[in-house]
Amino acid sequence: MQTRLNLDPAVVREARALAAKAGQPIVEMARTHTTVSVERAVLRLAGLQGADADGMPWVNRLVDAVRETTGLEHGVALPAWDALLTGGYENLAALAAAAARGEVAFRIPEDADAAAARAAASAALAAGIGRIDANRAQRQRMIEQTSEPRKPWIYLIVATGDIYEDIPQAQAAAREGADIIAVIRSTGQSLLDYVPEGPTREGFAGTYATQENFRLMRAALDETSRELGRYVRLTNYASGLCMPEIASLAGLERLDMMLNDCMYGIIFRDINPRRTFIDQRFSRQIHARAGIIINTGEDNYLTTADAVDAAHTVIVSQLMNEFFGKEAGLADSQLGLGHAFEISPDVPDSFVLELAHAQLVRELFPDAPLKYMPPTKHMTGNVFAGYLLDAFFNLCGVMTDQSILLIGMMTEGIHTPFLSDRDLALENVRYVRDAAGRLGESFVPAPGGFIEQRARQVLGESVALLRRITDEGLLTAIADGTFGITKRPADGGRGLDGVISRADGYFNPASEILESGERAPAGGLDPRTSPVEAGAAR
Amino acid sequence: MSEIRGASGGRPPGPTQIVRPYGDTTGDGRIQVSFTLPVPFGTPAEKARAEGAAMQLAGKMGLEPAMVVHAKGMGPDYTFFIVYGRVSHLVDLSQVTVTEREFPLLSSAEVNLRIRSGLGRKLVVVGACIGTDAHTVGIDAILNVKGHSGEKGLEYYREIRVVNLGSQVAVPDLVARSAAEGADAVLVSQVVTQRDAHISNAKEMSAAFRAAAPDPGARGWPLLVVGGPRFDPSIAPELGVDKIFGKGTTPGEVASYLAYALVPNAGRGAEAEVGASA
Repeated sequence: MQTRLNLDPAVVREARALAAKAGQPIVEMARTHTTVSVERAVLRLAGLQGADADGMPWVNRLVDAVRETTGLEHGVALPAWDALLTGGYENLAALAAAAARGEVAFRIPEDADAAAARAAASAALAAGIGRIDANRAQRQRMIEQTSEPRKPWIYLIVATGDIYEDIPQAQAAAREGADIIAVIRSTGQSLLDYVPEGPTREGFAGTYATQENFRLMRAALDETSRELGRYVRLTNYASGLCMPEIASLAGLERLDMMLNDCMYGIIFRDINPRRTFIDQRFSRQIHARAGIIINTGEDNYLTTADAVDAAHTVIVSQLMNEFFGKEAGLADSQLGLGHAFEISPDVPDSFVLELAHAQLVRELFPDAPLKYMPPTKHMTGNVFAGYLLDAFFNLCGVMTDQSILLIGMMTEGIHTPFLSDRDLALENVRYVRDAAGRLGESFVPAPGGFIEQRARQVLGESVALLRRITDEGLLTAIADGTFGITKRPADGGRGLDGVISRADGYFNPASEILESGERAPAGGLDPRTSPVEAGAAR
Repeated sequence: MSEIRGASGGRPPGPTQIVRPYGDTTGDGRIQVSFTLPVPFGTPAEKARAEGAAMQLAGKMGLEPAMVVHAKGMGPDYTFFIVYGRVSHLVDLSQVTVTEREFPLLSSAEVNLRIRSGLGRKLVVVGACIGTDAHTVGIDAILNVKGHSGEKGLEYYREIRVVNLGSQVAVPDLVARSAAEGADAVLVSQVVTQRDAHISNAKEMSAAFRAAAPDPGARGWPLLVVGGPRFDPSIAPELGVDKIFGKGTTPGEVASYLAYALVPNAGRGAEAEVGASA
């Protein structure tokens, strides 16, 4: 893509190099540790579903039982499959039930027993990851049978708490023009250390992410995609304490996009930084394999910090998300880096500043399906002024070629959108897209002008912040409150007790397959020509 | 109609001010509303019926005459309307009740001075989101240095020590931590709630503090303050809290209130406030 901002390529290279330098120690930590949720994800990928009478999933029961006996330093797979083979259990669920009753004597097998356990576990995981590969191929077939929506994709949220209410709302939203449906999770699910089971009808300001809810919604949207002749994507949240498990469920149930930020849980949910980074790497390996586009959460920084003062923290976080994402195997076309239109309308030239920021992100990440978030902080309750602000957001998105537009609601902050609010919002974005869709090609900021200078300034501030982060370390920078103003020490927050240092003989059959890059014959997709890359290419 | 403000304009003196909505002429009573009805808007017959339905609702709302200026089908089953009309209702300004702010707005320097001179030590504030609410944006906007709407948060005040416990804090933990920190005030934020959970959470919180310190006003009984966009500021007594802050509250308002309510020697009103509402 031709640069319109005359960014200095050397500065851009330096920014990326600094992000890599800051991220590398974190990757090393993730490679040498595991978490209870990573181990539970291994069991989920092997097909273990269901819960006990109290609703606690069998994957939690089994991982907890192994942790209490042999520990998790070697991973859950070796002791679990060893017990499965030597104990004569019918399947993992039977083993988990027995383990929960305290009837299973787990051990770390050796020699031939270890080889047998490894082989059995690897076969089970190959089948599970084969299902993810098959889903990726199925997505591509669905897109071929229907069609790929034009960019920018229109992203709408449903959140009733009841999956059976969400489904007709999502289908209606798709008929009204939504290309992407995101089902907001129940408030607080991010801090649950288990994934609820089954279809759910009660939630708080959202609907629980469960495997069955995923399956039901994807099936409904497949029906609607065929009806409309347009593939409607489904989004959920791989975040919080169960990030790796939810990523796995997304792959198993063919979700298309997942919210998956490298630091969001730390900053905004007070989840332990180490836990987050370890969980994040595994979940991104799954997303990479599944052809899922991740959405990062930089927009959130601008809801707590000032959108002008903190513009560079968005860029820094995007560069970190890019580094961690690519390290985990994600392609550029899977990096739905986030940013937002949150500058106060009282600031002079606020729209011009927004253009500068949005164009800067576009040029720094030319091949990424950028996700652009609408104004929330300065929506005042004056719905008429809010509607105007949303139109300017849509215009900025169209002019700077953003890939995914989350639709702004004029009633943001007042109530859950009315049906009519959503309809008016879609009318707004359709008008702007149809009226100004070609404006982007003529949008060439004046050389040396305000937009170019502002973009250069933000990039410069980003490099300066990255230098500081590489000097003091990313974990220290987070502890100092660099992002989103909140201070999050490396040993604070929730979930640190679920972090385990790997022993020498650590065995994770899922990671082995994911990191080998081998594809199951069922999927048979070359990552370079696979569906999501083709689909998401701009 | 003589009691209605006439075309002569001007604010009539006296307590019985009667007004009507103003469109473009005094006393015209003209307003605009928009709403959705679950009726189809497809065939001409459906369209006529839908507009008739909207007119019926407008009439029952007191809009007479009314005019449907916009009707649009949304999907097969719903229609959106914009209606202008004239309301017959009168507003009696003498019957309007308002909750006026009972404390003066102070600058951060004034708040600091009041605490330093009146309390002689730092004022301790413990903040948290309780229940299932994981959205710390509200409490952070009040407590963080960065603040909100151009006003710095309570951490910025030299004479206030802030302990932000973050999200999803269990009520017993909040009570224990408040006691351990010697909290003068406890600030609880509820942003995202469903089915009036913000009400029950606030009641649970105040009951827990009451159980822990059965003698209100005694040392160790912190001022209980809740805030969030869905709270009605007038129901503080019902929730058992001292103060409710609604949508749009700025850190400066909270700091001014705390300085007013917790620094007794700066005015008798402060003592009365604490005693009356606790």
